[in-house]
Amino acid sequence: MHLLEVRGLTKHFGGVKALEEVDFRVEENSIVSVIGPNGAGKTTLFNCLTGLTRPTKGRIHLEGADITGSSPHRAVRLGIARTFQNIRLFREMTVLENVLVSQHLRIRSGLFGVLFRNRNFLRDEKEAVERGLEYLALVGLEGAADVTSFNLPYGDQRRLEIARALAAEPTLLLLDEPTAGMNPHETSEIMEIIWKLQKLGKTIVLIEHDMRLVMGISESIIVLNHGVKIAEGPPEAIRKDSLVIEAYLGKGTLA
Amino acid sequence: MLFQQIINGLTVGGVYALIALGYTMVYGILELINFAHGEIYMLGAYLGIILFGFFTSVGLTSHSLALSFALTIALSVLFCSAYGFTVERIAYKPLRNAPRLSPLISAIGVSIFLQNYVMLTQGATDKVFPDLLGSAGFDLLGARITYLQVLIIGVSFLLMLALHLYVTKTRMGKAMRAVAQDKVMASLVGINVDSVISVTFIIGSGLAAVAGIMVAMYYGLVNYFIGYIAGIKAFTAAVLGGIGSIPGAMFGGIFLGLIESLGASYISSEYKDAYAFAVLIVILLIRPAGIFGKSTEEKV
Repeated sequence: MHLLEVRGLTKHFGGVKALEEVDFRVEENSIVSVIGPNGAGKTTLFNCLTGLTRPTKGRIHLEGADITGSSPHRAVRLGIARTFQNIRLFREMTVLENVLVSQHLRIRSGLFGVLFRNRNFLRDEKEAVERGLEYLALVGLEGAADVTSFNLPYGDQRRLEIARALAAEPTLLLLDEPTAGMNPHETSEIMEIIWKLQKLGKTIVLIEHDMRLVMGISESIIVLNHGVKIAEGPPEAIRKDSLVIEAYLGKGTLA
Repeated sequence: MLFQQIINGLTVGGVYALIALGYTMVYGILELINFAHGEIYMLGAYLGIILFGFFTSVGLTSHSLALSFALTIALSVLFCSAYGFTVERIAYKPLRNAPRLSPLISAIGVSIFLQNYVMLTQGATDKVFPDLLGSAGFDLLGARITYLQVLIIGVSFLLMLALHLYVTKTRMGKAMRAVAQDKVMASLVGINVDSVISVTFIIGSGLAAVAGIMVAMYYGLVNYFIGYIAGIKAFTAAVLGGIGSIPGAMFGGIFLGLIESLGASYISSEYKDAYAFAVLIVILLIRPAGIFGKSTEEKV
């Protein structure tokens, strides 16, 4: 069963063709990487999937339903969550609060409940906190729940981004360069986390530049160059693909 | 004497704080100075007079003063919230992605429109709010405290406490803080940013309505341009406390009320309106971001 199906996705910014007729499918519970040189359209693709940019043309289907042009908050409700290449935490909230905000849709706490602390309010609140701590534990941040998020070390901020996206309980998780700026040790920890998420039944699409990670983790790789999909397939095939090598290294280097 | 001035200052300051909250909440979320906010306060005061007059004419006031007073406040809050919501939808929402100056000019336009709208429909002369509690009160520590002052201070502080709990504890409050910090990210964790913005305007306008009625009762007179000076003062209070900060607006409002009342009695009442701005200048020279504000460095 395809969880995500993208057909003819096109996005033009004025004369710039950020995406041109991109087609691909993502199997349920798989790990797929999107790679390509800078400016290839990877982030634009994520922006279209999460409703931040409206595609010029093309359709996006999630679990068979057409979700093209949904607003971002609707896309989350439908089951797509993401992280950002440049970290975008709610800096002034604590680590736990960042995760709780993501559970926004499931907590019903009005002023009445807060003032009178009735049973429903206390139960909802307790459940939300417990679930939030579980997500934090999953990425190894359970000890930092009460730290204000901008005080976290860089690597931990990246993990928190993942935990926050998870807390929205998505079926499809989009990770935009989850290991950017990390050392090899931290990168392999992120790899472990991604595998854990797969075991939990999540489908993961990631943009990544770290080829060791991409080749090690992906079941399938999509290669974009100048907005066009130039290759798609398992890591072994992509490694040998002449178009891909050309896109990365330029013509003639294979002499 | 000092205690008397503190009580007077708290009364006015509580009202400033209620209006300042509307400025600061909208600024926190949209980085927009909502110049029409003072007009919402003015509308609240007018609606208070109109509604109370209506309840008196149908005999409800003579039947139960408390009920007709409560209904006046509730309905005025409801109407002003509707005004605030509508103003945002018509004058600001279409300009959400426009350059920052555009919604600001739109806000000034709304302000002029609402002033003239009230002047044309209600006349340019002062309206009188019926004197309900008179000067009834009690003496405490050598000061004369009226019941009306107790009511105003009590209501202001209760509303501020309720707002504080709302913003820090509830789901919508968390959403508001998230939207204030990063609108795009907030939408990506499932928050409907447009409805959070609407709620912000609704709450801010409701608080301004309560402030309007209480001031109308305190001074007894209302006219179509009271929103201007009250708006400027409350805006000053918000900047004083650090614009965008909710505790800042509460503190700034009360601080401003106290400065005015102490200045008027110990220095000169002629310059009553000038003290606020003198203090603002001093604070901004020392702490440009305001007392509770955080100075943000521009990212390079």
